Amino acid sequence: MIWETVIGLEIHAQLATRSKIFSGSATAYGAEPNTQANLVDLGYPGVLPVLNGEAVRMAIRFGVATGSKISRRSIFARKNYFYPDLPKGYQISQYERPVVEDGSLEIVLEDGTRKTIGITRAHLEEDAGKSLHEDFHGLSGIDLNRAGTPLLEIVSEPDMRSAREAIAYLKKIHTLVRYLEICDGNMQEGSFRCDANVSVRPVGQAGFGTRAEIKNVNSFRFVERAINYEVERQIDLLEGGGKVKQETRLYDADKGETRSMRSKEEANDYRYFPDPDLLPLVIDEATIEQVRATMPELPDEKAARLVRDHGLSEYDAGVLTASRELADYYETVVRGLGGQPKLAANWVMGDLAGALNKEALDIAQSRVSADALAGLLARIQDSTISGKIAKEVFEAMWSDGKGADEIIEAKGLRQITDTSAIESAIDDVMAKNPGQLADYRSGKDKLFGFFVGQVMKATGGKANPAQLNDLLKRKLSG
Amino acid sequence: MHTLTVSELAAGLRARKFSSIDLTLHFLGRIERLGPELNAFVTVTADRALADARAADETLARGEGGPLTGVPVAHKDIFCTDGIRTTCSSRMLSSFIAPYDATVVARWRAAGTVLLGKTNMDEFAMGSSNETSFFGPVRNPWDPKRVPGGSSGGSAAAVAACIAPAATGTDTGGSIRQPAALTNLTGIKPTYGRVSRYGMIAFASSLDQAGVLARSAEDAALLLEAMSGFDPNDSTSVDRPVPNYAAELNQPLKGLRVGIIREFFGAGLDPAVENCVRAAIAQLQQEGAVIRDVSLPSLPLSVPTYYVVAPAECSSNLSRFDGVRFGHRCEQPKDLLDLYKRSRGEGFGAEVKRRIMTGTYVLSAGYYDAYYLQAQKCRALIAADFARAFAEVDVVLSPTAPTAAFELGAKTSDPIAMYLNDIYSIAANLAGLPGISIPCGFVDEGGKDLPVGLQLVGPHFGEARLLAVSHQYQQHTDWHERIAPGYA
Amino acid sequence: MSLTRTQVEGIAHLARLEISEAQMPVYVDSLSRIIDFVEQLAAADTAGIEPMAHPLADQVQRLRPDAVSETDQRERFQQNAPSVAAGLYLVPKVIE
Repeated sequence: MIWETVIGLEIHAQLATRSKIFSGSATAYGAEPNTQANLVDLGYPGVLPVLNGEAVRMAIRFGVATGSKISRRSIFARKNYFYPDLPKGYQISQYERPVVEDGSLEIVLEDGTRKTIGITRAHLEEDAGKSLHEDFHGLSGIDLNRAGTPLLEIVSEPDMRSAREAIAYLKKIHTLVRYLEICDGNMQEGSFRCDANVSVRPVGQAGFGTRAEIKNVNSFRFVERAINYEVERQIDLLEGGGKVKQETRLYDADKGETRSMRSKEEANDYRYFPDPDLLPLVIDEATIEQVRATMPELPDEKAARLVRDHGLSEYDAGVLTASRELADYYETVVRGLGGQPKLAANWVMGDLAGALNKEALDIAQSRVSADALAGLLARIQDSTISGKIAKEVFEAMWSDGKGADEIIEAKGLRQITDTSAIESAIDDVMAKNPGQLADYRSGKDKLFGFFVGQVMKATGGKANPAQLNDLLKRKLSG
Repeated sequence: MHTLTVSELAAGLRARKFSSIDLTLHFLGRIERLGPELNAFVTVTADRALADARAADETLARGEGGPLTGVPVAHKDIFCTDGIRTTCSSRMLSSFIAPYDATVVARWRAAGTVLLGKTNMDEFAMGSSNETSFFGPVRNPWDPKRVPGGSSGGSAAAVAACIAPAATGTDTGGSIRQPAALTNLTGIKPTYGRVSRYGMIAFASSLDQAGVLARSAEDAALLLEAMSGFDPNDSTSVDRPVPNYAAELNQPLKGLRVGIIREFFGAGLDPAVENCVRAAIAQLQQEGAVIRDVSLPSLPLSVPTYYVVAPAECSSNLSRFDGVRFGHRCEQPKDLLDLYKRSRGEGFGAEVKRRIMTGTYVLSAGYYDAYYLQAQKCRALIAADFARAFAEVDVVLSPTAPTAAFELGAKTSDPIAMYLNDIYSIAANLAGLPGISIPCGFVDEGGKDLPVGLQLVGPHFGEARLLAVSHQYQQHTDWHERIAPGYA
Repeated sequence: MSLTRTQVEGIAHLARLEISEAQMPVYVDSLSRIIDFVEQLAAADTAGIEPMAHPLADQVQRLRPDAVSETDQRERFQQNAPSVAAGLYLVPKVIE
């Protein structure tokens, strides 16, 4: 039997507000346990939630960016369950009427095909705290600093048909929320998390198979692995005559497998009902217009512009717009150069990306600034140095933090463009290598490279390559 | 000194007839002598009271302060008081020290009141007789065999016995008005949103509202004004100016349109209670009020509606008491589930557990639509009935409770019988309307005089009118001036 | 009895309340009576009626400015906690 995979994602994006969604506690990551949990976050008796306006505006930004419907009136509900990291015994979330509904996003797969993924809804809710399991003599420790951090839960339609599509969608959302400056996207710190609903069905079957929800996948790579593992598990199960159980499964990154979550095995009855402590959230047209007016250029728009105005390939434009910071870097280089988008693109995606990767740095942590890189590329453009020498200069810039001109001067890397200087170097080489010269002249064309190498060696690599080529050809042929 | 009203005490303080320290010592003495037999207080804050009084006297000596400066008061133990034990009369919170003041507490404090202590109540405000308290039942000063009503029973008993000049209460289904009626007090529950709920331990969030138990409408006006107003810490608090209630007390009764709620004069109403209320209606008519019969046909739905909505909200509100961050924790929990179940099982009393379970059931999968959603629709019907009535009349009138105070233990085994005590008061909470109970006579039960209250309910934010009508009625009657024998 | 003992046990579990063997029949009885009592709501004609979650229909949610207003008060808040260590609230092991 041929099986088809069906995937829907639930993404939790922590909103980049300064304070929590219902209290004035800070949201900064990494504070000492429970030092950023006030009475509201702790669920103390008598305290009440008051909604953070910025969280609402961020949700609207996301809605506008995904062409979604912004609900004029949405409702906060309580999701009731007991868990030590959930101080009130309920999570304030949106259930029946979320703030954002019915949007979509286009993904581009590696083969260039495009596909639209539906966004069912995005709703505001509060994050829970954390349970720490180590070092307390068989007890767990509860840190509620994260409790009450605003989350936007983005729920997709079950539109994805492979782990690759799921990753493309996940990356697209990841890019988008950072462009919108509503989430820092840090997966290690848990500010961008993903649960995957995975099922399989025989190709051609209209209805969906029973799905499993995979939780706790905190990197793109793990999402892909977890989905692929789960798809195989389900197919094996079904082909062996078994049945898939609807359940929550945890991805174990060390073992590379998913396993049933014991704590969630028991059927939950969340008893959702409207939170009487919060009134209906009403969003008027003016607020939406205000958000619309301050929207940044979105990744798709930016990529299209780079193809149109910079003459870049769609692939290059896609790579360069994958993050707003990278795109900004690239555009700063182009501006500094006064053009030459292809040269800039090649360097940003080539040597710069390589150097960043080697040290696992973000573009924001680059040791060579966009202006400095533009300075280097300007020297290629005006033939002060060759592309090859530029690589050497770039390495020096990366390690010393100095500017291109300073390095070129200090190391004397300025290109030799003086014809007579190059000619005398060629003469020298020819004189020192009579045997090779004779062979060349008797038809061994391949030796041309040998002579180029020797002259370059003699000039410290500084001879202008094009000039050298011309002159050498002429001289060798006698 | 203790039989003086708050307005009279304020005048005496300003005229230096006595100091706040004098007053405070006097009331602390009465609490010590008379408090235990009534069981009205859970915690007496003598040191704090004397410190408050000293500060008030200094303020008064400078010629400063407001109408409440130096007046001793008590808070229902549902309000969080910074640094002071706040128990909700529950084992769950029997050693809980609140780290902050409720807005109501902060406002009365800012007004210069002196805190005598925290009053006993039904556990988590769930009860109509003050018999569900972990600290034992409160007794009615008019007859110690009888209940003072609930859930603000400790506040009612304390004010009725003149061991506190006035006290706060909270009212989710009648918990201010019904005890006021049963103890001969004036008790007002304002419009939902008029007084901040911040720091008031929640029972049913969409129904809870703080208010005042006092010995006259004039006192209630002063005290309500001091606790009312917008609070940014409560999303349901309404941003609307607070009227000067005291200044509006003299609106005449002439021409006032009073609707008599037909549905609240039927079966179940004690005829002796009805006689008192009918006499009060005649009195109002004599003073120029226009009496009309009004029908609110959905009102019979109010008790069952309430017993879905209130338990549903309570079941969720009380989930935070889990033995982890505060409150009772069982000994030696063997695992997490055991920690939850035993901490909560031991920490909550029977009625609280009953309501949590009722609420859990009506919200659970498969029952939500039939119970919770249907109750919310019935709530809308009830609110619409009131809105229609207020198009024709200024206030509606009914008895506050169907009977006078009943004996301790009389209804503890039958939850429905207990719930029906609030049959006339619950509807105002469902519709978010202001209601007041004022003394309107006495019935004789086994040789004892037991007070009867009448209830007035007005449109949203109609507190000034309710207080004015009550004050005018109190100008022509002296029921409210009678004090329980032995406490004068 | 509109509720069975099994149902009441299920509710008590969902609400995380330990009910003793002796008390269970009392709860089965009283909860059944309460549910029978509220059952009368079913007879009310509520066709076309919008459910009312809030007593003041015209009020809407107010928005708070995004500002940090709190300082660390962990020590004070943890004075009410039954069991803490290293700033954490301790509970029996959480199993995931």
